[in-house]
Amino acid sequence: MAAPDLFFWLCSAVLMLSSVFVVSARSLVHAVFFLILAFLNAAGLFILLGAEFLGMMMLIVYVGAVAVLFLFVVMTLDTGRPGGSLRARLPAALAAGAILLLELAFVAVAGGPGGSPEPLPGGVSNTRALGRLIYTDYAALFELAGAILLVAMIGAIVLAHRYRPGVRRQNPVRQFGRRQGESIRLEDPAVGAGVSEQGR
Amino acid sequence: MTVTLAHYLILGGAVFTVGIVGIVLNRRNVIMILMAIELLLLAVNLNPFSAHLGDPAGQVFTLFVLTVAAAEAAVGLAILVVFFRLRGTIAVEDIQDLKG
Repeated sequence: MAAPDLFFWLCSAVLMLSSVFVVSARSLVHAVFFLILAFLNAAGLFILLGAEFLGMMMLIVYVGAVAVLFLFVVMTLDTGRPGGSLRARLPAALAAGAILLLELAFVAVAGGPGGSPEPLPGGVSNTRALGRLIYTDYAALFELAGAILLVAMIGAIVLAHRYRPGVRRQNPVRQFGRRQGESIRLEDPAVGAGVSEQGR
Repeated sequence: MTVTLAHYLILGGAVFTVGIVGIVLNRRNVIMILMAIELLLLAVNLNPFSAHLGDPAGQVFTLFVLTVAAAEAAVGLAILVVFFRLRGTIAVEDIQDLKG
């Protein structure tokens, strides 16, 4: 068996196993770690397919950002695992899975994609080819994707931001808006009379 | 046995099925549902038509799915954090303020 095929079987086996463990893990933290393992193996499959850029993107976006986000939330909320026993819901879950598998099998039997694989245009690296596409044919969609990310970022910050009263913090508007007259006062008190209280 | 397009499609379909099973299995737990949705998007991304057809355009779509998945995770988890702060629980049956 050739080395790439061996790599495919290894990656796909670990991907399948870890995705099963994700949905059946006892603790949420374990589920997140198995999710990271699944993403790692998917990245391996992407690299095997010749899509190195996407593989690295999987690593950066999923493992580096999304999975760590999940981990943060799971560890911050610390809710244990709500929702009773999994065993009671197993029949319904398996039924849903069987229905979906039947549909997928029906589609596969009805007719797969025709044609034989063509080699990718040679002489150009994967990242370069992808970059050419993104910045020419799909430039508008690429900008839209950036806008989606920006909206999601602002939305998440607005949602999760908490205003706490009673916290001393800088008020730049007041700092820049103050005048000399309201901040400095020259007094020439008589001997023994003292100065009036601050703020008068 | 050499690996062909069908192998990748079967793998993607299997992972997608596992994700659906996960949603039904963990339907009381929002975090698990979000993780199962991430699995679904991963399975969809695994379709290797770009390599099969020799057209890098397929990878662009994977990139966009990746973007939406990241945005969805961020907003979903933010909503989750806010809800936990308000109610002290994230069990799905307690989320009924909208009376839906």
